[in-house]
Amino acid sequence: MSTLIALASLAVLILVLEIINLRKTIVPLTLIGLLVALGFNICNFNTIDSFYNNMIVINKTTTLFSSLFIVLTFFIVALGQSFYKEQYDKISDYTSLKIFLLIGAYCMVAFGNMVMFFLGLEILSITLYILAGSDRTNIKSNEAGMKYFLMGSFASGFILFGIALIYGATASFDLDQIQLASSQLAMPKWFMVGFVLMLVGLLFKIAAFPFHFWAPDVYQGSPLLTTTTMSTLAKVAAVAAFYKLSLVFFPAMPANFSNLIAFLIIVTLIVGNVMALKQNNIKRLMAYSGISHAGFMLMAILLGKQAEPHLFYYMVAYAIAGIAAFSVILYVCQDKKEELVIHFRGFAKHKPVLAVTLSLALLSMAGIPILAGFFGKLFLFTQALNQGYYVMVVIAVITSIISIYYYFKVIIVMFTYKNADANTTYQKNFIYSTVAIIAIVINLIIGFCPSLIIDLF
Amino acid sequence: MAMNCILILLIYILGAGATLASNAKNAGKIALVTSLINAVIALILTADFLNGSDISFVQQWISNPNISLSFVVDGLSLTMLLLTTLLLPIIILASFNTLYSKANQLYALVLFMAFAMAGTFLAQDGLVYYIFWELALLPIFFIGLLWGSDEWKVRKRVMVTFFIYTFAGSLFMLAAFAYLYTKTGSFSWSDLSKVVLSTKEANYIFLAFFLAYGIKIPVFPLHTWQANTYEKSPTIGTMLLSGIMLKMGLYSILRWQMPIAGNVSENILKTVIVLCIIGIIYASLIALRSENIKRLLAYSSMAHVGLIAAGAYIGNTTGYQGAIIQMVAHGFVVVGLFYLADIIHNRYDSYLIKDMGGIRSQAPKFTTFFLIILFASIGLPGTFGFIGEFTLLFALSEKELLYAVFAGTSIILGAYYMLKMFQNAVLGSPNTKVFSEVTTKEYVVLGIICVVLIGLGIYPKLLTDLFI
Repeated sequence: MSTLIALASLAVLILVLEIINLRKTIVPLTLIGLLVALGFNICNFNTIDSFYNNMIVINKTTTLFSSLFIVLTFFIVALGQSFYKEQYDKISDYTSLKIFLLIGAYCMVAFGNMVMFFLGLEILSITLYILAGSDRTNIKSNEAGMKYFLMGSFASGFILFGIALIYGATASFDLDQIQLASSQLAMPKWFMVGFVLMLVGLLFKIAAFPFHFWAPDVYQGSPLLTTTTMSTLAKVAAVAAFYKLSLVFFPAMPANFSNLIAFLIIVTLIVGNVMALKQNNIKRLMAYSGISHAGFMLMAILLGKQAEPHLFYYMVAYAIAGIAAFSVILYVCQDKKEELVIHFRGFAKHKPVLAVTLSLALLSMAGIPILAGFFGKLFLFTQALNQGYYVMVVIAVITSIISIYYYFKVIIVMFTYKNADANTTYQKNFIYSTVAIIAIVINLIIGFCPSLIIDLF
Repeated sequence: MAMNCILILLIYILGAGATLASNAKNAGKIALVTSLINAVIALILTADFLNGSDISFVQQWISNPNISLSFVVDGLSLTMLLLTTLLLPIIILASFNTLYSKANQLYALVLFMAFAMAGTFLAQDGLVYYIFWELALLPIFFIGLLWGSDEWKVRKRVMVTFFIYTFAGSLFMLAAFAYLYTKTGSFSWSDLSKVVLSTKEANYIFLAFFLAYGIKIPVFPLHTWQANTYEKSPTIGTMLLSGIMLKMGLYSILRWQMPIAGNVSENILKTVIVLCIIGIIYASLIALRSENIKRLLAYSSMAHVGLIAAGAYIGNTTGYQGAIIQMVAHGFVVVGLFYLADIIHNRYDSYLIKDMGGIRSQAPKFTTFFLIILFASIGLPGTFGFIGEFTLLFALSEKELLYAVFAGTSIILGAYYMLKMFQNAVLGSPNTKVFSEVTTKEYVVLGIICVVLIGLGIYPKLLTDLFI
């Protein structure tokens, strides 16, 4: 709870700082504030507590997931310092929006009540709608904001309707009560319908088949830093919420419900990886790669409570690799109108360290050993085989092979150059390169010692 | 005090770092010194091992899932380790013939690859083994991509095909390991080799492993990446690939596939052996028609490793021993042959056999070396190649005489296409182009290879003591 209060005060403080003309201190103070919030969070590590009639529940899962969110926000805010240089008069808006987004994400993992869940989801979504459309003069950004807003509100509507039906069936918004009721009483049909409606909304939010169509367009149109936020923070927050809900609702579903989820996973993996093959815009490529990773995280959700450490590990590996990759993309595309793969040509000649960083980040996503992404996949495969999902694992293996192709496309482009590329200049940017290198080092460390994460549970 | 086998890995990785940090001029020397140090250490380790000292290294790495960094040495591992560490200095010395741009990066990648390959041969924990197996792939991919020959576009396509092909196979192996882990709760070799599998399970595991190893070796019909990759890679990459890296596949059959999935149904095993034998004949026939010397050597190599794979899959002691002997022999022979091709390429600037000829009258020493290595390649008695090939054919005949009959054609065909190549490339009327005699460096490399091939051919006990 102290974390939430700290974050809320931080968000307001940022707005106040703007009023009293301390614009230059906003980003550094926010970063310090985030570290303080992280400190509060870590202090709560072993406590189990609940607040406001079980509206907010603190336990180990909550603390770990929200710590990840805070770390990701830390990186994103730091990147913002450089990204919003041209519109620095609005830095307070952008930074506070990101903190609000984090508050939403926090609520989405700490909720004990469906109302709180919905509140968190909306806080997160609305800030994202604004951020997606924040490049006002760019028609693509407008389109992205509009598209995301329209579709996102439909998804929220589905979720809300689902919550209402579940309330109708169990007479409660409280997760514990719902779990109790659904395990002991015979549930009416609309309980199931309610959860399926929620499923629609959740699949939309994590961008999984068949509700993934928005992702490439919105990722492409949004300002690059918003894309970074969407594909890292927003995605893992939605997955965490989904996971928490799945623990309550999956046991109450009919026996063959897991087949449905398994089917969705398989199709998500295939769609994400196959569609990524033909992309020449790096944002769209990352969008489809994100869809396929949503498939992997769904796999962990399907495997249930046992796979919780592995889900968390996968989320950390994916999000940190995402931050590293996007930092380098930000670096390369600083003064480019569009983020095409071709812009990376010859990058390795100019900035070998950053090129290697992006390569490692992509290799981690592809699941090449010793990087964190490899262990993420390995743990999931082991768990899935343990529970007998053989076909799913085989498909996941095959789609991983497909994914190599498009990740390598980017890597190879970086190491290719023609004489014309020798003259390309890249603006120096200390923040982007530092964040990228820190993120990839974290990725390597948890790759070398997965126990650091797994043993937290 | 007995040494520890992990020392070799550490020296390789430190050497790779030092090479990367140095400048292009000294990189090759640092790499050579690193590899020589390791060659000496490997010999000391062998002496320790034969004295019965414990040179293995075991350390818990991850508790859940249960993975430990265990490097245990036995005869098989040690032989492969010796092959790697002794071949590497030869390969690096051989590469000095060509001036590579950004040599520090190239040699760092080479040492890193040696690190990964040595790790593959030493690791006794399935997952650690898998990690090293994959790590070996990345450097060779970049070596081929960045230093290879031919147009960028063609080279890129070839190397990406190679990477995806081999990576695809090994992911299935990973899935197999994950499944075995769910059965045993451990990745360690000692547990996995004791696992009891039903025939159905063993079939799937066997096939998953086969995909990984069959592509790496390569076994017909999974070989399509090979000739192109060998041709487009720089010579140093080709030597690493054919001399050491494909032994990883053969070694893994002996180490992992047969002990774990030995319960596989007889039909699958027969099919795989027949595929190996088809590969021998098929590759020999293509080699017969090849006009590019590098491609010819690639196919001849495929024919030879097909025989080794068939012997390894037979699963009896003779096959096991024959496979190990022939792996070592093939490693030295194929590096020697590619080096000879590289020397000719340096003088004539061509890999096409029709551009060569008339070398003998100008360079008798070179011709002598060529002939010795060529004889070892076709398995002439007195050379090391003969011992391996004979043991393997004997092992095949123990199982089924027909196998040996068909596989035996490889010796006849091999002799035919190699001697034909020799005749067209080296003999013949004097060429108008000048072919200078071997330099001291080349003399040393070829000399060492010939000494090994003849020495072990006459007294193979030196090597076979390790694993018999």
